[in-house]
Amino acid sequence: MTSPLRIGSRSFESRLLVGTGKYKNLEETRDAIIASGAEIVTVALRRTNIGQNSDEPNLLDFISPDKWTILPNTAGCFSAEDAVRTCMLARELLDGHNLVKLEVLGEKKTLYPNMTQTISAAKTLIEDGFEVMVYCSDDPIFCKELDDMGCVSVMPLASPIGSGLGIVNPHSISIILENSTKPIIVDAGVGTASDASIAMELGCDGVLMNTAIAKAAKPILMAEAMKDAVISGRKAFLAGRMQKTLFGNASSPIQGLIE
Amino acid sequence: MSAIVFKLNGELTQKPKELNLNELANELNLFRKKFAIEMNGEIIPKSSHSATLIKDGDVIEIVHAVGGG
Repeated sequence: MTSPLRIGSRSFESRLLVGTGKYKNLEETRDAIIASGAEIVTVALRRTNIGQNSDEPNLLDFISPDKWTILPNTAGCFSAEDAVRTCMLARELLDGHNLVKLEVLGEKKTLYPNMTQTISAAKTLIEDGFEVMVYCSDDPIFCKELDDMGCVSVMPLASPIGSGLGIVNPHSISIILENSTKPIIVDAGVGTASDASIAMELGCDGVLMNTAIAKAAKPILMAEAMKDAVISGRKAFLAGRMQKTLFGNASSPIQGLIE
Repeated sequence: MSAIVFKLNGELTQKPKELNLNELANELNLFRKKFAIEMNGEIIPKSSHSATLIKDGDVIEIVHAVGGG
């Protein structure tokens, strides 16, 4: 029924991409990811603990790169230089794995991306052989530029990272979809299942989320809800929705009424 | 051989004698874990860890994957 999601040289059945941050523990992280059905899982890179807890469990012991496609992000980077450096380290960490999620933030309060730095980093990374999935603003011009330069997926925000506000500008997302030649994945801002469905109903190729699942009262149940929401939103998009009208149209015949 | 002092993940670290990156990783219980090492701003591939000796004043970063979105 649904075609696979093709990102660069890779192909996926699931159109839900999930993060691994903010969970209570690594067991919950793993269980939520399994419940979500996601195949692409984002991780962050940080300094290894060299102090007393140096033997604490490692995320990749729970989320095996053999089972999931690990998508290292550049979260926390505010310059192209730092983002490129992080991607290089990620490639070394993951034995040459070249798929990365580029995000270069502009400021801490909104976590909106710095698009000048994002474009600069994307250029460097693409030239160095990375397959770049890029978190960006929901500006159709920037999205087109990132598409044209060879990013394998363009990932406009629905609303600020971790805000749960949903898609604040669906019209902008529609224009981005109209212009795109690469998969468009809504990244950041999804709060609940209907937000994910709306993204898919608009025609997005996928949805990436973290906090909506991790900070739900029951993360595993929310992961299941998000899986269903993405699938049903995709089906609704493929099915083609009915036209909206201002007035009512009876579903039952108006002839043959009993008098 | 004399003691060396270098910066490891932002902290000054002292070792009684020179050691290579592989020995350092083992001391840190990183054996069989996934990590990456950057030394003085350059990534040192795993295949070169044993051959890379830490010198006095080196700046080393060791990173691993953590939860993130």
